Amino acid sequence: MNRETRRIFRRLSSDTSAILGFALLIFFVIVAILAPFIASPPPGRDPYIMPIVTWSSNPLPPSPEHPFGVAGKRDIFYGVVWGTRTAFRVGIMVTLISTALGLLIGSVAGYFGKLWDEILMRITDIFMAIPFLVAAMVLTTILGTGLDKVMVAMTVFSWMGPARLIRGNILQVKEEQFVLAAKALGVSDFSIIIRHVLPNTIFPVLIQASMRMGSLVITAAALSFLGVGAPQGYADWGALLNYARNWMLGGQGEALKYWYMTVFPGAAMVLFVLAWNLVGDALRDAFDPRLRL
Amino acid sequence: MEENNLLLQVQDLKVYFYNEEGQELKAVDGVGFYLRKGETIALVGESGCGKSVTSLAILRLVDSDGKIQGGKILLEGRDLLSLSEREMREVRGRDISMIFQEPSSALNPVYTIGDQIIEAIILHQKLSYHQARKTAEELLRLVGIPEARKRLDEYPHELSGGMKQRAMIAMALSCHPKVLIADEPTTSLDVTIQAQILELIEELQRQLNMGVILITHDLGVVAGMAERVVVMYAGKVVEEGSRWDIFHHPHHPYTWGLLHSIPRLDVKQEKLAIIPGVVPDPLNFPSGCRFRNRCPLEDEVCLTEPSREEIENQHYVYCHHHSQIEVLETRGFSQ
Amino acid sequence: MNNVPLLQVEDLKKYFPIKAGVFRRTVGWVKAVDGVSFEVFPEETLGIVGESGCGKSTLGMTVMRLYEPTAGSIFFQGEDISSLPASQLKGVRRNIQMIFQDPFTSLDPRMHIGSIVEEGMKVHRVASPPEVRRRALDLLEKVGLGAEYFSRYPHEFSGGQRQRIGIARALALNPRLVVADEPVSSLDVSVRSQILNLLKDLKREYQLTYIFISHDLAVVRQICDRVIVMYLGKVVEIADGDTFFSSPSHPYSVALTSAVPVPDPDYEVKRIILSGDVPSPINPPEGCRFHTRCPVAQEVCSQVEPALEEVGENQWAACHFPGSLSWERA
Repeated sequence: MNRETRRIFRRLSSDTSAILGFALLIFFVIVAILAPFIASPPPGRDPYIMPIVTWSSNPLPPSPEHPFGVAGKRDIFYGVVWGTRTAFRVGIMVTLISTALGLLIGSVAGYFGKLWDEILMRITDIFMAIPFLVAAMVLTTILGTGLDKVMVAMTVFSWMGPARLIRGNILQVKEEQFVLAAKALGVSDFSIIIRHVLPNTIFPVLIQASMRMGSLVITAAALSFLGVGAPQGYADWGALLNYARNWMLGGQGEALKYWYMTVFPGAAMVLFVLAWNLVGDALRDAFDPRLRL
Repeated sequence: MEENNLLLQVQDLKVYFYNEEGQELKAVDGVGFYLRKGETIALVGESGCGKSVTSLAILRLVDSDGKIQGGKILLEGRDLLSLSEREMREVRGRDISMIFQEPSSALNPVYTIGDQIIEAIILHQKLSYHQARKTAEELLRLVGIPEARKRLDEYPHELSGGMKQRAMIAMALSCHPKVLIADEPTTSLDVTIQAQILELIEELQRQLNMGVILITHDLGVVAGMAERVVVMYAGKVVEEGSRWDIFHHPHHPYTWGLLHSIPRLDVKQEKLAIIPGVVPDPLNFPSGCRFRNRCPLEDEVCLTEPSREEIENQHYVYCHHHSQIEVLETRGFSQ
Repeated sequence: MNNVPLLQVEDLKKYFPIKAGVFRRTVGWVKAVDGVSFEVFPEETLGIVGESGCGKSTLGMTVMRLYEPTAGSIFFQGEDISSLPASQLKGVRRNIQMIFQDPFTSLDPRMHIGSIVEEGMKVHRVASPPEVRRRALDLLEKVGLGAEYFSRYPHEFSGGQRQRIGIARALALNPRLVVADEPVSSLDVSVRSQILNLLKDLKREYQLTYIFISHDLAVVRQICDRVIVMYLGKVVEIADGDTFFSSPSHPYSVALTSAVPVPDPDYEVKRIILSGDVPSPINPPEGCRFHTRCPVAQEVCSQVEPALEEVGENQWAACHFPGSLSWERA
């Protein structure tokens, strides 16, 4: 292991919040992987749809058969466990695609500059001016129900951050002498971007991506909470909260009577987002450019 | 040596830095020299030799990153290392001033030139703002900036490199310091501007009878300006003497190598001498003489640190083989 | 040295637009290079000297078409390369290479040095991959870096070593002309001689032609056969090395050479101190650009721009009163 990698490892392992973040993340990964064993789906049915376990539409408090209780006739524990998988799926897919899209647009704008830059950046500005949640809602409504439609809607409106970031970095790196040197050798513009510019500018984008994972999952949950997107009964933390909507304030003076409907899915979300934020922070500190050279 | 003419004495100064992994970097390791009134002494060496750290240590500006581990710095007999921070603040700017290499980064971009000079003046002298402003204007004229009154209200970015350097000199001289430390004052300037600035410093030194510590790697500048020269390498002094001693009778192989390897305007050399190797890593200085790995005169005795030896009147060298220096004339640096 | 120039530059201009306002309209031009003509002969080292802002680095970049010329022509081996389309430019790149000034930023920090040297050869498909590797190792050895350094990264090397890597990279394509832009200015004093000697040796071995851009006249003295002096975007003097350093003709050259300090306490010169600062290249002075600072300027100098004329054997100066200023050792 060379000196640089060792240094990064040392920084990461000495930082308590970094350890916490990674530990949480690993915990969630394990839950997601072992979902079929922790909360076995009824045979022959789509595991992502939470099975109906009672006939009454009243929520039921935690019990031995239903450790987190029942909401909307469905088992909350099952929903939280399989919701982990959903969270990863949505988070990773949207982050990946929106980052890739942002990289493409930002790279072209940053490297070629002039007219390309003007046009692409104005388009970016327009997209950024549209309120995200509203736009995602509208698009999802147009496209119809289904988690994939939600992912499309979110991707369409979240590529701008990485685009601007990579454009700024490229503008900086573009003037570096080693890029000029590559040009002098006769390397094509495309190759310069791929081989020289991107490897030197990608780290902040990756760090930003990990931070965005958390917020994207919250947004997806918000959309589900509003009843948009995921089909009825889909295992998703936001959908679980949707069931809690009418029961949140208890009723007849018992404000916290149905606490289990919000606490369990809510805690899952908070911890998930916290994990990604801590990991993103840790990576940013570890790759601090002050330590280079 | 007349004691009453002695302005500054640095004795056995040690400044060590500590990195993230707790390792010790002996940036300055037992450096000593003296400065007389009205005299210019040059600290010469390449990057990593410790010359800049020495100058910062004189002003006790290294305390945040490094520690002064030992030695004495006597300003007119008073040991600066024994002063409290408050007492030291009075010394800075008033008794000892410093000018830096990059005038653009040494001047605050959001304040006017006038404001910055006036700040320096008011800090040490009991003058009203109006009086300080008049003094600032005079100072700008003194350093040769045309339209001085107008310039007081200009910002650093409105001035050229040469002008900024002059403004910085004006700031440094605002309280008529006894000692001026000039750290690479002309390295970032064009050669014609450099000539102007060096002449200015010489003239002001004459007028104010200041002692000047000139820190540079440019031996040409040293030959023109400094009466005494201290050659540093890897945190230590290797040779010290008058400029004729150093330039015409160098006795340390590093000094010799340096003089013969630099390109000169007045002579065309077919092949320049080369000092093989690189400056050693400060975390890993060789034992004994720090130059021995690159020295053609090295042998077993070099594993012990050389002590100071006087060649002749106040010409000192730190080398076991200084008497064999003529060998280099024939053999050069090929080992 | 034969008399057919390898490179011929005619009335080359490079202006940079200054844009302002909401619509980014062009409000002025920085005339970095403003009508420069000269020739470079095979196997000579031509020095281009001048102070900051004179346009020498811009000239180097424009000759290599890393900047697009605003006007004028560049002939390389007789062929006009100033207007070649990008697709054909690639072929020219094999013949003109560059060594950059800053060893710390001219190497991609994320590539190991073997790849850095190989890159040019791979892009031009000069040879098969094993052959390319062999040549890269060979070049690194030539510049003094053994095979064990091949997979190391730039930050593991010192400034002088990085500059060697940059030289190896420039030579990988076997160019005929190498433009060296301040190659030793960022290096430690004791390392400069190593690099200068290396450049001289390589020139002999590969029959190279150098354009050596520098502000350091002492360095130029050691390595250059002929010298061009630039001031504010124009050539003010062209001369053989020995002639230039013993009897410069243009007043600016005289002031420049008198101002260079020499490491000898007995070297005393009545320095010619120029007044004022260098004017801005956006609004150069009328007539002779140097007249605002020239100690011997007369009325005609502020009205008529002098042309470059022959003033001695192999010496040209753009001045109405060439040779009227001189300096002496005291």
